[in-house]
Amino acid sequence: MDKFGFAESQKYDTYASRLMPREELFTPGHRACQGCGEALAVRWVTKAIGPDAIIAHATGCMEIVSSGMPQTSWMNPWIHVAFENTAAVASGIDAGLRILERKGKLTGPPPKVVAMGGDGGTSDIGLQALSGALERGTNFTYVCWDNEAYMNTGIQRSSSTPFGAMTTTSPPGKRSIGQSTWKKDMVAIAVAHNIPYVATASPSYIFDLYFKIRKALETPGPAYVHVLSVCPTGWRSPTDLSVRLGRLAVETAVFPLFEVVEGKYHLTVQPHQIRPIRDYMKPQGRFRHLREPEMNFIQKRVIDRYRDLLAKCNVPEPEFPFLPEEAPAEEGK
Amino acid sequence: MAKAKAETKAEGKVDAKIEAKAKVEAKPEPKAEAKGEAKVETIAKVDPVAKAYAPAHRVGMEVSIAVSHAVQLSRAEAIAAYPITPQTHIVEHLSSMVANGDLDAEFINVESEHSAMSACIGMSASGARTYTATSSQGLALMHEILFIASAMRFPIVMTVANRALSGPLSIWNDHGDIMAARDIGWIQIFVENGQEAFDHSVMAFKIAENPKVLLPTIINMDGFILSHVVEALEMVGQKTVDNFLPAYVPRHQLDTKNPVTMGAFAMPEIYTEVKMKHQVTLTNAYEHIMAVWDEWAGLTGRRYQPVERYRTEDAKVLLLTMGCLSEVAKIAVDEMREAGVPVGLLKLRMWRPFPFQDLREAVGDAELLVVCDRALSLGGPGGPVMSEVRSALYAAAQRPQILGYIIGLGGRDVAPEAFREIVDQAQKEVAQGPSQEFHLYGVRG
Repeated sequence: MDKFGFAESQKYDTYASRLMPREELFTPGHRACQGCGEALAVRWVTKAIGPDAIIAHATGCMEIVSSGMPQTSWMNPWIHVAFENTAAVASGIDAGLRILERKGKLTGPPPKVVAMGGDGGTSDIGLQALSGALERGTNFTYVCWDNEAYMNTGIQRSSSTPFGAMTTTSPPGKRSIGQSTWKKDMVAIAVAHNIPYVATASPSYIFDLYFKIRKALETPGPAYVHVLSVCPTGWRSPTDLSVRLGRLAVETAVFPLFEVVEGKYHLTVQPHQIRPIRDYMKPQGRFRHLREPEMNFIQKRVIDRYRDLLAKCNVPEPEFPFLPEEAPAEEGK
Repeated sequence: MAKAKAETKAEGKVDAKIEAKAKVEAKPEPKAEAKGEAKVETIAKVDPVAKAYAPAHRVGMEVSIAVSHAVQLSRAEAIAAYPITPQTHIVEHLSSMVANGDLDAEFINVESEHSAMSACIGMSASGARTYTATSSQGLALMHEILFIASAMRFPIVMTVANRALSGPLSIWNDHGDIMAARDIGWIQIFVENGQEAFDHSVMAFKIAENPKVLLPTIINMDGFILSHVVEALEMVGQKTVDNFLPAYVPRHQLDTKNPVTMGAFAMPEIYTEVKMKHQVTLTNAYEHIMAVWDEWAGLTGRRYQPVERYRTEDAKVLLLTMGCLSEVAKIAVDEMREAGVPVGLLKLRMWRPFPFQDLREAVGDAELLVVCDRALSLGGPGGPVMSEVRSALYAAAQRPQILGYIIGLGGRDVAPEAFREIVDQAQKEVAQGPSQEFHLYGVRG
C-alpha cells in the first residue's frame, strides 16, 4: 500500500475499497461474538498497521477471542502480558528495539510498536501505565478499543460507560438510573499529555480509521487513537446493526470523529445534519429504561460537548432543529 | 573481602556440556587447576596459583555501586526501574553510567514498579539483555507481573535490596518482601557481602540466559546493612566478563520476520502441563547454576555452594541463616566453639530452586537445627525458611530436632550475642520439649 503515500494524502475516501490491503493480519477463526464491532476495527487497524509492526495487547475481549494457546489470529509479532500494563510493555519493546538498532542487532529499520487495549484496560486500570508511556515520549501508537464496559467479564460498568447505560454493575432500579457518571474523556486526557497525535475513529468509517492509524504510525513519538467499537452483546443491540450504530454515534454527535495534531483540533467527519440521540439510543437495549426527561438531559449534554468541539475545530455550528426551546441558552458563551 | 585464612580450593573445571550449549561462548581466560575438597568457606582465594586467575583489582566501594558496576560489566542493554529505598543507589549509578555513555543501554524511568517489570518484559521480549532492581513495596507491586515474566521465560535479572513490608511502614531490612514472592517461579539467590553481590550479579545473567534455563533471576541482598555498606572487594575486568558472558542471543523474540504470539491464554487442558514444564525447568536449573558457579570459581577462585557450611564438623547444633546474618552468626559460632559448644553454621544461598539434597547432606547427623528466619509467616508456622527446611528434612531417616527463631525484623539489629542466646534457649527447649511453634527472638511485651 505504500504506493499511495498515505498519511499525507487526505483523499482516501476517493479510492475504491478494493484498493485497500487484501492481506489479513487479524485472521478469521477467532471467537469474537457475532456482529463484533471491535473485531472489525482490529481487522482494519491491523491492515493499516501492516506486517512491520509489533503489537502489545492488554487482557480483554480481543486478547481472549484471538489467542487461545496453541492458536492465534495474529500475523504480527504479538505479546500479551497482563491487563493494566500494555503501555509499559510497549515502552519496553520500544526501548529494546532502540538499543538493538544502536548496537546493529536489527536487520532493517526497527518495526513500529503498537499497543492495544479495551476501555477498561485504558481508561481505568491501565491509565497510569498509559500516562507514563505518553509522558515519556514513547515512540508508539496506542489504540483503545472502546466498547464502553467490561464486556469480557460480563458487561460491568467502566469509567467509559456512558451516562444512563445499563450494565450488570450499574443496573437501573428504583434508586438508580443506570450508569450515573459521564463517560471519562480519554481523548482529552491524552491531549493533556501534549503528545503529537490524538484521534477518535470508528470501524463504521473505515477510510477515516485507516487514515488515522497510518498517520499515528508515521508520527514520531506517542500517538493515541480511540476507537468506538459497537458491542451487540453488551449494548443489547441487533448484531446486524453494528456498522449502522457506529455511524449513528457519529451522526448524533455522541462520538464525533476528529483528530488533534500537535494540539490543533480538526473535525474529520462532519455530518450534514446532526440527528437526535434517540436515533442512536433506541436500538440499544442498554438505554431501554431511559424516558423522555433523561433522554433530553443527555441530549443537551451531547450537544454542549459537540459545540465545544466545533469551537476547538473552528467549524461553524450546524442547526440542531430537534433541540427543545431552552437549549439556545448556550449563546452567552 | 577475600580472607586469607580460608583454604578452599577451586576446581576450575567448566562443564563442557554447558560450554557447548552457549553457542557463542568464547574460551574462558586461564583457569586454575587447583584441586581440593570443598570445606566451604564462601570467599576463598587460592594463593599458590593466584596468577592463574583472571586479572582482578581490589577496590573499596559501596555495595550498591559494586552491583551497578557488575551490571555495567555484564553489558545490560535495557533497564527499567522505579526508585525505592534502599535500592536507589544501584539505579542512580546505572543512570549516570548511561548518561555518561559508560554503559550503552536504554534506561526507562517508569512510573511504578508494576510498569518497571512490565517494561522489562517488553525489553526482554524485543531481545535485549534486561536488568532492574527493587525492594519491598516495589517487589509487592510487581507481584502480578513476576509470575508472568517467569512463565514467559524472560531471562531478566533483578536485584532485590531486601526490606520489610508495610505496615507499619519500615524502610529497614528483613526478608519479608522476597518471602512473599517465594512462589514466583524465578531463580532466587541470597548474598552475604559485597564480593558475593558483585559476583552473583554477573553470574545471574549467564544463568538466566542459558537456553536450558531461560528463567528470570533475583539476587537478594540485605537492604542498608549490605546495600549501603562500603566494603573491600575484587572486581574482574571487562575482558574477563566478556569472555565469561557472551552477548545475549534470545531464543524467542518479537521479530517481524518471524512473527510469534507470546502470552496466549491457556485452557484447563494445557495449563497444568505448562506449569509442570516451568517446575521441571526451575528444578533442573540447579545443575546449570552449579556449572556457572564452577566456571566462576575457575576464573576467580571463589567457589559458591547452594548450602554453605561453617565449622560444621562434629557439630551437634547447627544454625541456619541467609544473607548478611551469616557473617554475624560466624562470629557467634567462633565464640561458642571456643567455649566448647559443638555448634556450626549453615548458610542457605540458593533459595529457588531449593537445594534439597545439599541441605540433607549438610545437616548430616546434627542433633539440633535452629533456623533463623528474617521473615514471619503470619498465622502460620513462623518463618518460611524454617517451614521449608523442616519439610525438606521430614523424609530423612535420621533428622535433627528443628526449631525456628525469627530475628532481625524491620531492621532490628542482630548482634552475635543473639545467636548465643538462641542456641542456649534452643538447647533448653530440646531438653524440655518444644514449647511453641516458633520464637520471635527479642520481642517485647
